[in-house]
This record gives sequence, structure tokens and C-alpha cells, in this order.
Amino acid sequence: MSGPVSGPVSGPAAAPAAIEVRGLTRRFGGLCAVDSVSIRVEPGARHAVIGSNGAGKSTLFALIGGAQRPSSGSVYLGGDDVTGLAEHRRAQRGLARTFQHANLFGPATVAANVALAVRRWLGCGYRPWPDRRRERAVSDRVAQLLETVGLTGRAGTPAASLSHGERRQLEVAVALAAQPSVLLLDEPTAGMAATETRRFVELVQALPQTLTLVLVEHDLEVVFGLATHLSVLHLGRLLADGNPEEVRADPAVRAAYLDARSLAS
Amino acid sequence: MPRGRQVKLPRLFAGRSVPIYLVALGVVVWLVALPFGSSGYTVGVVGRILTFGLFVASLDLLVGIAGLPSLGHGAFFGIGAYAAALLAQDVTAVGPAQLAVAGAIGAAAAGVTGLVTIRSRGIYFVMLTLAIGEVARQLADSWTSLTGGANGLAGVPPLQLFPWGGEIVIAGHIYWYVLAVTALGYGLLAVVRASAFGQALKGMRDNEDRMRALGYSVTGLKLAVLVVAGGFAGVAGSLWVTQLRFVSPADVGFATSAIALLCVVIAGRGSLWGSFVAAAVVIVVRDELGTVIGGRGPLVLGLTFIAAVYLLPRGLAGLVPSVLRQPPKPALGTGGAQ
Repeated sequence: MSGPVSGPVSGPAAAPAAIEVRGLTRRFGGLCAVDSVSIRVEPGARHAVIGSNGAGKSTLFALIGGAQRPSSGSVYLGGDDVTGLAEHRRAQRGLARTFQHANLFGPATVAANVALAVRRWLGCGYRPWPDRRRERAVSDRVAQLLETVGLTGRAGTPAASLSHGERRQLEVAVALAAQPSVLLLDEPTAGMAATETRRFVELVQALPQTLTLVLVEHDLEVVFGLATHLSVLHLGRLLADGNPEEVRADPAVRAAYLDARSLAS
Repeated sequence: MPRGRQVKLPRLFAGRSVPIYLVALGVVVWLVALPFGSSGYTVGVVGRILTFGLFVASLDLLVGIAGLPSLGHGAFFGIGAYAAALLAQDVTAVGPAQLAVAGAIGAAAAGVTGLVTIRSRGIYFVMLTLAIGEVARQLADSWTSLTGGANGLAGVPPLQLFPWGGEIVIAGHIYWYVLAVTALGYGLLAVVRASAFGQALKGMRDNEDRMRALGYSVTGLKLAVLVVAGGFAGVAGSLWVTQLRFVSPADVGFATSAIALLCVVIAGRGSLWGSFVAAAVVIVVRDELGTVIGGRGPLVLGLTFIAAVYLLPRGLAGLVPSVLRQPPKPALGTGGAQ
């Protein structure tokens, strides 16, 4: 599969895709940020979306997550059309995301940040009276999640005092709290030091294989280290879509985006 | 998985040490015993402070906890006050019934107007609530057949506790009724703040977009907190009428809303007891000191606010040394931050 792809990629498939977008378009005035993009993300995939600045990656993420509505086209989550669903409804259906700018609940502690997400998932996020037994379950789950991302020692620290890399780890813990089926990672290693990046990649690699990952990433080392599938966006259009080797070999991609030096690595 | 990990639960009074308990106990004893050694006038002043404090605390739930800066909260105080006064005149002088109705109407009014305001943020929210407050004041002013217009409703019948009970006119007795209702309201507000709902409100205050991504309905949270705060404001309005037996458009207006908001600033964001201390400062300066210095109360009030903003960046709540407020922290607390 290579070259510009537009319009529906596939008809109704046997197994529903974890995420599928069909003919997704988002216009801002005269600018077409995302132009009839169709992508299918298989369950359990590590699917990376790459592209130069302004390629439409972040907009595509916003459209998938529900923060923005498409001008046309549809978004499917586990085979269901979620195009008309609000962001928090999609989250309840198993779509979690981390943010490019890791701004959590700054004054609250690391544990409290995760607890907010856990409570929502346990269905007691709105309960207007204190509930000891629930809170114990919440605390257990929080401890477990912090262990997963390696932040156990920082539980009592206000989120605002974390380092950049730690904040990303917290992002993942918060996103995992809802036991999502799909996790969107928006430039997770942007601005990270090399050691932080390495630790983060290890963390992502250790995530369960049942979890579908979609990541937007600039660091090609990270992309080729993690991704099982690549979609390349260029000026809002889908330029290439396939496994990393195919995409690496694609002349259009070479011409438009990947320079020879990064391909050699 | 550390199953046996020690965790701290966000419960009532959690994280407070013994000296604070003693101070709190002392204040409660003083409040209960007040009518024995004081004039009816003093008792009346403290009663008004308690009532206004409850109103400020309800606004603080909106502003300090949920991050919704309302300039029209006086509308629900006033609606509760008018509801209680009308109820007392035409239906029943039974206090608890007035509280229930005033609270319900305050909550309903806050819910209906909330449908308009919840979709806005920041300065737009402020302007919308300001407009709602002004509409309420206009209604109180011009709907003469119901509200008595600019004259207000005077001569509200005195409090009864039960339909068969006698009228309660002794200042100390009215005060104890006010104290009991205020204490109940304080307790309920403390419970709501410590709950998962309270934590969610703080989350919304700190990062609204992130709450949405976590699967919380931000509009639902906003509407819920507006309704709860409106209900408590209505209850406070009803208590106000019980004591003064008079209500006028001034109680609904901008001055009420703005002074309550400034009390929240003085108190320090999210401080329940601070709300009451700030209410005390304002009532004493405006109503008591003001008469002594020939009507310059508002001037002193303005200076007080300026001083408070400059000298107490975290409000009165920031004055209590952190050593007193919190014992050594356990490793894992899921209760969040102030």
C-alpha cells in the first residue's frame, strides 16, 4: 500500500478496527488541515502517525479524540461510528489520550491526579459524599498504576513540581486508569532528554499488547523502535500507509519527508 | 502490586492536628454560649455573620473549589429570602419548611440560569452571572405585586419551629436556630468538599479540558455545583429573613454578590472556616464600624480589601502556619491539594 490514498480504504471488515477514520476532512476557513484521510488501526497495533510540522497530525488526533469535529468523514471506534459523540463519551468507550503539552492538575499531588481518573472509571467520580471503601479501592488502583509507570516514589508530589519526563509518565498513568482499549499518545517524547526518552520507550514497550497505541511522534528513532504500522501525513493528506519497511522504501515519503540521514539510522 | 500499601483517605478533618481541634472546639463552645452573656444586639450581629458566612461558603464552593467566578450569586440568596418571606406571610411561619422551600427554589433558579452560563468560561461567565444578578434585582424591584417593589417585604411573621409551636421572638432563641442550621450547612459543605465530587470540582478548576478527556462531563459538573451552591445560598437567604424579618431588592443586588465574592478573596480560595471569618470582618466593618465613623463603612471596607489582597495573597487561610494545618505527610494521599 503506497502513494496517496483517499476515500474509504476498506469496506466492512471481518474484525472491526480499533480505530478507523474514513474520508476525514477538517477545514479551517480556506485551509484544509486534514484532507479526506482514511486510516485503519488494527487492534493491538503500535500505529505511528508521522509528518512534518503542519502536516495535520495534531488535528487528526483532535478529530479522533473528539476535541474537534470533522468537516466531513467519520470516526469509528471498535467498529462503532463515534463521529457525533462528545470527547468525554469517547473516553468512556475506551479511548484515552495523552497531551502534547503535559498539563495535568498542577496543584494536586501525583496520586490525586491519577485518583481523579480512577474514580471516574470506577463510577464514583461524582459521588457527593466520602466513601471509605471506594477510596481504598481507588488508592489500591492508584498505587498499581504508579508502579506501572514508575512513579511510586513521587505519589505525594504536586504534579506541577515533576520533571518534564515524569509528567509524561504521569500522563500515561492517568490515561491508563480508565483501562482504555486505545491510547493516543501525542508527541510523547517531545522535549525529553535522551535518557528520559529511552525510559519512556521502555515504559511504552512494556504496556500490554491488547492495548492499541496510536502515536504522533517527531523522533524517528522512537517511531521505528516502537511502531508496527506507519501512516505518513503531508499537508493534510495521507501520503503513505503501511508497515515501517514499506514506508521507509516509499519514494514519495522519501521525497516529501524522510531525509536520507534519518533513513540510514 | 503493593496491596498492603498504607493510604490516606480524604476524610473529614483528615490532616488536621490537635491544636486546630482545640481552637475549633473553643469557637463552637463560645458560639453556643454566646446568648448567655451578651446583649440581644450582639447576638443578632453574630447571627447575621453566621448567615452571611454560609452564603459566602456557598459561593466559595463555586469560586474556590470549582473555579467558577460568579458575580450574580446574590440572586439566589435574594430568591431564597423572598421565597421565605412570602412563605411566612402567606403559608407558614415554620422555619424548616421555609428553609426547604428557599433551598429548593434557590437550587432550581441556579439550575435554570446555569443552563445558560455553563457553556461559558472566564470573563464571559462573570459577565453572564452579573447579568443574571441584575435581572433578579430588576425583578425584585419591579414585580411589585409579588415583591413589594422598592419597599421590599416588611413585617415578615416571626419564626415558628413547628406548626403547633409558639412564635420565637427572643433573640437568643432565634440565634440558636440560626446557629444550628449554619452548623448543619457547614457540615454538609465540608462533606461535599471532601467527596469524590469535590475532588472532581477541583480537577475542573485546575484543568477543564483534561477532565473532559478523563470522561467527566464538565457541563454536568458545572450545573451540579451551581445547583448545590444556589441551594445553600437560598437557605442562607431564608435564614437572613428569619432574623431581619425584612427583605428588599438590595439583598438581591450587585452589592450582595460582590461583597460575598470579596469575602471569598479575603478568606482564601477553598477555605470553609475562612468564609465565616471573612463574613465577620465584612459585617463588622460595614454595619458596625460604619455607623461609628459616620457612614464611612464602605471606605474602610474598600481599604480592608486592598490590604487583604496585598498582605494575604492566600487569604486568611494562608495565615495558619502549615505546621498546625498538617501533620507529617503520609506517602500516598489521593485527596488532592487545596
